[in-house]
Amino acid sequence: MIDTLRLTAEEATGLLDRGEVSGAELLAAYRAAITARDPELHAFLRTVDEPEGEGVPIALKDVIGTKGVQTTAGSKILLGYEPVYDATVAARCKDAGLPLLGKTNTDEFAMGSSTENSAFGPTHNPWDLTRVPGGSGGGSAAAVSAGLAPWALGSDTGGSIKQPAALTGTVGLRPTYGTVSRYGVVAFASSLDQVGPVTKTVRDNALLYRIIAGRDPADSTTVELPAPIELPEREDLKGLRVGVPKELNEAEGIEPGVSEQVQRAIELCRELGAEVADCELPRSVEYGLPCYYLIAPAEASSNLARYDSVRFGHRAEGAKTYDEMVERTRDEGFGDEPKRRIMLGTYALSAGYYEAFYGQAQKVRTVIAREHAAAFERFDVLVSPTSPTVAFELGARTENPLAMYLSDLLTIPSCMAGLPGLSIPCGLAEGLPVGLQLVGPQFSENTLFAVGHALERALEFDFVPERLR
Amino acid sequence: MSWEPVIGLEIHVQLKTRTKMFCRCPNGFGGEPNSQTCPVCLAHPGALPVPNRQAVEWTIRLGLALGCTIADTAVFARKNYFYPDSPKGYQISQYDQPLCIAGRFTVPGAERDVEVGITRAHLEEDAAKTIHVGGEGGRIVGAAHSNVDFNRGGTPLVEIVTEPDLRSADDAKRFLQLLRQTIIELGISDAEMEKGTLRADANVSVRKVGESAFRTRSELKNMNSFNFIARGIEAEVARQVEVWESGGEVIQQTYDFHAATGTLSPRRQKEEADDYRYFPEPDLVPVAPEPALVERIRAEVPEQPGSRLRRLAEPLGFDSAQVLVTGGLDDLWRRVVDAGGDPLESAKVLANQFVAAGVDPSAVDAGELAKLIDARRAIPRAAFTEALAASGEPGFSAERYLAEAAVTDMSELEPLVERILAANPDQVATYRGGKEGVLGFFVGQVMKETQGKADAKVVSELVREKLRA
Repeated sequence: MIDTLRLTAEEATGLLDRGEVSGAELLAAYRAAITARDPELHAFLRTVDEPEGEGVPIALKDVIGTKGVQTTAGSKILLGYEPVYDATVAARCKDAGLPLLGKTNTDEFAMGSSTENSAFGPTHNPWDLTRVPGGSGGGSAAAVSAGLAPWALGSDTGGSIKQPAALTGTVGLRPTYGTVSRYGVVAFASSLDQVGPVTKTVRDNALLYRIIAGRDPADSTTVELPAPIELPEREDLKGLRVGVPKELNEAEGIEPGVSEQVQRAIELCRELGAEVADCELPRSVEYGLPCYYLIAPAEASSNLARYDSVRFGHRAEGAKTYDEMVERTRDEGFGDEPKRRIMLGTYALSAGYYEAFYGQAQKVRTVIAREHAAAFERFDVLVSPTSPTVAFELGARTENPLAMYLSDLLTIPSCMAGLPGLSIPCGLAEGLPVGLQLVGPQFSENTLFAVGHALERALEFDFVPERLR
Repeated sequence: MSWEPVIGLEIHVQLKTRTKMFCRCPNGFGGEPNSQTCPVCLAHPGALPVPNRQAVEWTIRLGLALGCTIADTAVFARKNYFYPDSPKGYQISQYDQPLCIAGRFTVPGAERDVEVGITRAHLEEDAAKTIHVGGEGGRIVGAAHSNVDFNRGGTPLVEIVTEPDLRSADDAKRFLQLLRQTIIELGISDAEMEKGTLRADANVSVRKVGESAFRTRSELKNMNSFNFIARGIEAEVARQVEVWESGGEVIQQTYDFHAATGTLSPRRQKEEADDYRYFPEPDLVPVAPEPALVERIRAEVPEQPGSRLRRLAEPLGFDSAQVLVTGGLDDLWRRVVDAGGDPLESAKVLANQFVAAGVDPSAVDAGELAKLIDARRAIPRAAFTEALAASGEPGFSAERYLAEAAVTDMSELEPLVERILAANPDQVATYRGGKEGVLGFFVGQVMKETQGKADAKVVSELVREKLRA
């Protein structure tokens, strides 16, 4: 009997390697878990009947294009769209023998922090079904948390991997920009989008990152990894310099329960041998979010222009002219959040406003990168809460986009700087998981895995949701 | 006081690279509609552009031939607009950081050289081809339906923008002819206006001679030959002069040229101004050509047609030299002269009958052509023309052709002349009665019988001789 709630991907690999279970048995176990628990979670938008591969099965966020398997990015405008090619990350998973369990729910075009912006209904948090799993990658996070998939891929623009990981007690990595191919991944904001693993453990995360990372000739913005990915072993943090950015740890809106768990983790860093000191990232936190909400919508307004129904996807019926066809298709096909961001972004790029908005935001982005680079002269890793709050209730922020946007206040600054960030669970507040964010300099994934692994061992967090134990 | 035209040109050149600008689809004419397409040039979700190295190098080559500075860093930008020929909803072009800037191109003239400043030359992708069926004037507005062929979409396209340095339609035409030849000799494009691989729009204004400021300009489009461009500019200059002289004011407007009538018609005015919302293409990294690469390409740029024209104008006269150089015939001329052909005679033949014969100059054996030109005076005109037309055939031999083609043999002509004289006793009597003009009638009859192969001079001598008898 395979306990998918407990089994890690690494353990599953071991079972397969030793011949203790077959690929088919493993797949059947996860399919059974999906059948049993997904009706109440809605982590999956669709499952795959007979996937290829004998390895450890995987779930992919529905922004990742999969050949012949419908890919909607959580939007009605792509309803029925079956890609004619695999995204590079999907192909790498396939090449590694990982059968595709299915496609997981996401906020429409990855725009959101709760998965409630999915055109196909929200995903529920496995820890508390009345709460959101975070977003936009709530489907992947919920699937891993509830044992519906041993591991999954998400995509992160301003926090869409890390924040759902925090809210579901899973481990999420947003990799260094340029280390994972975006080819075949439905674009939201090209200069920010990165695909990354969502897993139960840090070691699982490193294993999956190893499969997907590395230069892709089809994505000009990718680079070769400077060093191979190592599986973390160390259980101490001796010699490690940990910075605690004041602004990220004391920001308005951080719940006391969250702070308490994060403080405990920081204390633990010291106990494990790290040097811990305070630091500052004043401009990154003050300007990160507003600049993000200029750059990301600006790029999105352009990236979403291709959904005109000429070549694929939903087409409005009865239009008499091209303009009418495009307008009505987009009106019917896009939900409120994409429309809001297309408008914001179009405005930010308009003649006469470009310099003041997009141009200025890009300059601030450079400032944010420099501020982080300065911090990394003194520290190996910066720690903070991943999300200011634990999982909030479904509907709590849907009427107030600004409140929703603040969910990503702490994850956005490092995204803007192109830096890798790892979220690991560090405890519970009000019975709900709290995420600890570890941010390092570019290409420091090995360091983040090492720190994450040592803390994970010391924290002894039980990743199985209490209500499912 | 007289008026002076002020003309600037915008030229588009399709590069004949093996593959398209941002994907690996074959580039070029042919193929069923939409057969040369892939997820990238159809803008499927997640597809990403990868720049064509050859296209970048060829643009540098062209820029160097135009005397441009090659930018240290060139940036691709998105030009956003909705139209079915633009699958992404934006065209990848270059905006504020083009690859080639600040060049100068000299067009030698009979009396004076024309110096044309090159503002910029940048690299972009061509749009797809749209065909609007039904409705008026092949426009999308009012069409019953529209077909889109994406085979052309994504063809590498160089846009060259000149300063408003041209002062007549003829200057513009000669500039374009020389530019075309330059492009062809660089080996980067077929540059055929009728096929659309070379396209030019003209910005035209007029001002009084002596004025330093520019007046309002109009833009002329849809002129697909050098002559149409000259005619279009002439028509627009005349129109503007008339508007100003009658006390009116020229307004900024775009006109389409209609070849059939030689007239211009204004394009429908849009309600709002175009705002392309340019921003740096986040899917691509800047192009930073290494100085060593630029120098290598510089060494590959052959001698320019303009300087050859200047060199040849002295011995051959400007007009012959111009036809030879812009027709790509001066190399053949040089070889014919080297093989013993008379320089002036050869130039004249090449610039006139040879051009009219439409023979591929590269297929011609210069030695044989020299022999043919040398025999020109001695053989009938028609026979010479026929031989010229055959001069590009493999194994062409001037001697054999002359022997076979020309009827100069008296033994063949004599009986013929005698027969014709015998058949027309009345005309013979008229001639002998003193009306020598009838000679032409007899010569004509002989030429007709020999299908023009006889030498008219020889025939006329022979007829005169027989009539005297």
